[in-house]
Amino acid sequence: MMNNSLEQVTGMELTGAEITVRCLMDEGVDLVFGYPGGAVLNIYDEIFKQKGFKHILVRHEQAAVHAADGYARSTGRVGVALVTSGPGLTNAVTGIATAYMDSIPLVVLSGQVPTGAIGMDAFQEVDAVGITRPCVKHNFLVKDIRDLAITIKKAFHIAATGRPGPVLVDIPKDITAQKTAYSYPESVVMRSYNAIVKGHSGQIKKAAQMLLEAKRPMIYSGGGVVLGNAAKQLTELVHLLGYPCTNTLMGLGAFPGDDKQFVGMLGMHGTYEANMAMQHCDVLLAVGARFDDRVIGSPDHFARESRRIIHIDIDPSSIAKRVKVDVPIVGDVAAVLDEMIKLVRAGREKRDTESVGNWWTQINEWRARDCLRYDRASDIIKPQYVVEKMYEVTGGNAWVTTDVGQHQMWAAQFYKFNKPRRWVTSGGLGTMGFGLPAAMGVQLAHPGETVACITGESSIQMCIQELSTCLQYRTPIKIVSLNNRYMGMVRQWQEFFYSNRYAESYMDSLPDFVKLAEAYGHVGMKIEKPADVEGALREAFALKDRLVFMDFLTDQSENVFPMVPSGAGISEMILAEDL
Amino acid sequence: MRHIISLLMENEAGALSRVAGLFSARGYNIESLTVAPTEDATLSRMTIVTRGSEEVIEQIVKQLNKLIDVVKILDLSDGSHIERELMLVKVRAFGKEREEMKRMADIFRGRIIDVTEKTYTIEVTGPGTKLDAFIEAIDPVAILETVRTGASGIGRGERILKI
Repeated sequence: MMNNSLEQVTGMELTGAEITVRCLMDEGVDLVFGYPGGAVLNIYDEIFKQKGFKHILVRHEQAAVHAADGYARSTGRVGVALVTSGPGLTNAVTGIATAYMDSIPLVVLSGQVPTGAIGMDAFQEVDAVGITRPCVKHNFLVKDIRDLAITIKKAFHIAATGRPGPVLVDIPKDITAQKTAYSYPESVVMRSYNAIVKGHSGQIKKAAQMLLEAKRPMIYSGGGVVLGNAAKQLTELVHLLGYPCTNTLMGLGAFPGDDKQFVGMLGMHGTYEANMAMQHCDVLLAVGARFDDRVIGSPDHFARESRRIIHIDIDPSSIAKRVKVDVPIVGDVAAVLDEMIKLVRAGREKRDTESVGNWWTQINEWRARDCLRYDRASDIIKPQYVVEKMYEVTGGNAWVTTDVGQHQMWAAQFYKFNKPRRWVTSGGLGTMGFGLPAAMGVQLAHPGETVACITGESSIQMCIQELSTCLQYRTPIKIVSLNNRYMGMVRQWQEFFYSNRYAESYMDSLPDFVKLAEAYGHVGMKIEKPADVEGALREAFALKDRLVFMDFLTDQSENVFPMVPSGAGISEMILAEDL
Repeated sequence: MRHIISLLMENEAGALSRVAGLFSARGYNIESLTVAPTEDATLSRMTIVTRGSEEVIEQIVKQLNKLIDVVKILDLSDGSHIERELMLVKVRAFGKEREEMKRMADIFRGRIIDVTEKTYTIEVTGPGTKLDAFIEAIDPVAILETVRTGASGIGRGERILKI
């Protein structure tokens, strides 16, 4: 039946499993990442029979969700994962929480024990809705076959609109066997859920006025600009104004990384100039960002300097959560920026160019500190050098995923992203093990493109089993592992704040990553000298159809600078030159 | 500041746990929470009494609004409103106490709804402060059991929370 067109199946009596698969097809899903098991066997049987989408078999459910997440971040479409009940669902939870913290649209389908067995401590039973409730945008347990199609439609609608997020649909096994007449709704209206789209025009006018009067302006943009497909508008506005712009970790690529108005990433490991400008500006425009602890440090310290804040966000609860805001604008960022651009273009000549010129002089003085400087003469490989060379070798055109830790920060600092959605990293939850499965999702969504996973020897081991998936689906990811034999960021904190007591942060008994890569059917390379870095990268990135695991033995003592210690103010940075 | 928040939500399984979970996950205070279906069987009405600074209350209202099942929400404390709570108190009522208890119940416009040889069960309705006053007014050793519902509230006059 699955080759029939929509018209032909509408109204037909289908099983719950057929309906589930049919809904995904009607939703236009092209890739599903999953892992079978008892509770989803009926659904898998229908997947076997259909040709509408491709199923990617991962090696662990966490990776299924991360891969769907990588797919979603890089395409802007909803990612889909399918897991079984019990351990299938609990394994998926880390992936779901990762997506939730970064507002990534996902639909996760999980099998559940039959409705009659729910609450009986049945084999592979967990309360999926209860376990995931705090880390999903919404979730559903389908208790009636007649609700199945509309529930899946709602799940896609909720995941993709407003502030996006993951939605879980838990489907008991007996529901997948029951039958009902199929129809997939074209749209859905929910009285309890209306995503606000249009910002308040009066507020936008006030904001534009405030921006044009600014003497020391600053534009701070976050992941919301990427998620809201507003990079074009942001770039246009920043260029029109001629003001400095910084991106958060999640916002990298929303404004071109090599633009002269870009002052680098801000936050705990942001640049000196970005953090100083945040602290000392007089008008701050925050777009799709949430002033979180890793970005502005201590809110009390931040409030010591007076500045007027304009905050655009689609989620009202993000506004005035950690800092007081003068002009809140709730709405879709692209639409709000479009309106703001018109007003700014009309009033451009009113800008205080003299004050702004002095402000730029100040910023350029901060820039001259060259806070990302590192020792280029070292005879040990510096991790920053590897990322810098990788940027050169790929011409800045790679899609880059990362794991979590020092390598993630160096990737953010040294790879300049000129386009949105090319930078895929776990920002909010900070999930080690994210990089490789996310890269699979990105590569499968963008066949033929260059996809790299910048990682460390500790993070990569958290989802290393996916090297097997990568061979099965021929994803030629380039793994750039900065191997310092330490959990580098843990080691750095222990050096700075725990008097060099390196408790359990040394990675002993590491595998031979070259042999490991080869055992999985891939290419492995070990690089030990700075002089070999560029050659190895060129060789690896030239192997277009192979996964290459590059094991770079890097300086064990290298630290990420600047650093704002946890709880300190954003301008209270430790710089390399201080030590 | 004490706030009383009224909300309408889809009458779905698990809706209560979404609200309770939100309060515990974000460290908000709940003094009381009541929930029951409304005249429209698809909707539940929930009344939450909470405490917090203006910023915290603003976040609570925003976070509640963000829950997909929440249809409408009103901070009753923003305007004039009426609050009522129901309390059932079982007291020892023996010998001389019997007359005294009856008199106290009358003063607080309570009703005796169950009687045994040794006990009265008294129903008292009113704002929480009145129920507190009743408890204060009677001999603490005479109290055998108290059951309170938590506050319900409604706006005065034209102030209506309805969809």
